[in-house]
Amino acid sequence: MPRLSLNRYLSALSVMLLVATTASIPQAAERKLVLTGSSTLAPLVAEIGKRFEQENPGVRVDVQSGGSSRGIADARSGLADIGLVSRALKPDEQDLKSFTIALDGITLIVHKDNPVQTLTDPQIVDIYTGKITRWRAVGGADRPITVVNKAEGRSTLELFLHHFQLKSGDITAHVVIGENQQGIKTVAGNTSAIGYVSIGTAEYEVSQGVPIKLLPMAGVDASVENVRNGRFPLARPLNLVTKAESEGLVRQFIDFSRSERVHDLVEAQYFVPLAH
Amino acid sequence: MIWSKHSISSPSRTDARLAGWLSIAAGLAAAVLVLIVLFLLHESWPVLNRIGWLRFLTDAAWHPSEGLFGLAPMLWATLASSTGALVLAGGLGVASALFCRFYAPPSAARPYRRMVTLLAGIPSVVFGLWGLTVLVPLIARWQPPGASLLAGILILTLMILPTVALTADAALAAVPKAYLHGAAALGMSRSGTILRVVLPAARSGIIAGLLLAAGRALGETMAVLMVAGNVVQTPHSLFDPVRTLTANIALEMDYATGEHRAGLFVSGLVLSGMIILLAVAALRFGGARSHV
Repeated sequence: MPRLSLNRYLSALSVMLLVATTASIPQAAERKLVLTGSSTLAPLVAEIGKRFEQENPGVRVDVQSGGSSRGIADARSGLADIGLVSRALKPDEQDLKSFTIALDGITLIVHKDNPVQTLTDPQIVDIYTGKITRWRAVGGADRPITVVNKAEGRSTLELFLHHFQLKSGDITAHVVIGENQQGIKTVAGNTSAIGYVSIGTAEYEVSQGVPIKLLPMAGVDASVENVRNGRFPLARPLNLVTKAESEGLVRQFIDFSRSERVHDLVEAQYFVPLAH
Repeated sequence: MIWSKHSISSPSRTDARLAGWLSIAAGLAAAVLVLIVLFLLHESWPVLNRIGWLRFLTDAAWHPSEGLFGLAPMLWATLASSTGALVLAGGLGVASALFCRFYAPPSAARPYRRMVTLLAGIPSVVFGLWGLTVLVPLIARWQPPGASLLAGILILTLMILPTVALTADAALAAVPKAYLHGAAALGMSRSGTILRVVLPAARSGIIAGLLLAAGRALGETMAVLMVAGNVVQTPHSLFDPVRTLTANIALEMDYATGEHRAGLFVSGLVLSGMIILLAVAALRFGGARSHV
């Protein structure tokens, strides 16, 4: 199975161990950071937290997932020092301060031999809702389209649905996948398939010679670079949010998470690190 | 009466201590099953309590984020893929066991049996990877999208074939020699002996092996997840993509929260129920076997 899943299990395990140890060993001098929120961000922040602990002995970082809305609520109520929110703050959330630590972009992919070079947003919506069922309708060969969709609850699915203003019930898929890798293998093995995956993963696989093609969105090429400079439309910021001006340990953790020292961790989760 | 000290009727202190430890170990093993079922019930309780059992069977679709929890299509998919695999593997497995026992020369039969045993040890994810990169594109060229009930059945067949072949082989080996001698004395042909004597005598053993294989097919996750397409729908043809109950849990567990998560535990509960029913059936056949 793809490495990502193992990573998630390991990080979940480490979070559990962390909770268990912090709960069972009372240490007076210990300082503790509590972070809660987005399940997209939790595995990454758990990894960052581990490195932060190594560099700052005596500090414990406790990460719990439960969705971006929990991140907002816990940061507001003070239950968590930092909330994890995998989207930009809404207008009614401007009382909170947000710090972007990475970007998440997804791209549509088709097989390399598919003659279709670009799709408009309405065409993508029509393909995913089953209104267009053959490639000929969008300038391709006369073959049925195999629609590859993500499983319920995946952050890429949420971002995709949100961007195209769809509900998961609207989509008529032919293949449902879990990990990015499975999506790439499915599209690489089927010349009439279309799917969407994290840009970081797709770019890497293309460089490894996997026969897939990244489609541009609204005229913007799908690349990690265009996600980083904010031009690519199908992307979102991954944020740490705090209630007030942060100081002390919280400030230190936020600065650490935004620094180059965690870029390898960000990339290991197929997110896009910030430009420096 | 030198032996009386070691007899079962008056156990020594060492025996008594050993019996104590063994009973604790056995009790733990049995308790694990009870604990698992209790855990599944506990975790799925929030959603079962709120919407009840029936909605899981009657809801039109599986969209937990929109409050729809229909498990029925996945139940059918699980049954269809396991049944299909069982039919294929049953035929092939029994045929291979018969060949091995009655037709193959010993020089071929022994290496063949070793190879089947090795096949049983190949991890399921390897079958899945092969299915995803070879089998699915092959079917896709013929009947897109390729990832389908058929691909799931074929992969499951490969996986349970060794179980069926080996248990059938053992069942055939257990047929008393006297039966074969009797058949030979009556002048029966080899095919007649196999059909009228050997197979009826080995029937319960073969069926017990099939039930064991069915348990593996029902519980298989990774390989099926990689090739079956995972679309939640009741299959109407072999080429429809389907999602099994196990794949449902594996696909969504990482990210599920709240009622969605509880709904996945209901999938697990249903699956465990099916496996327990199967195990009971296997026990009954296993019991019948001793009367042959």
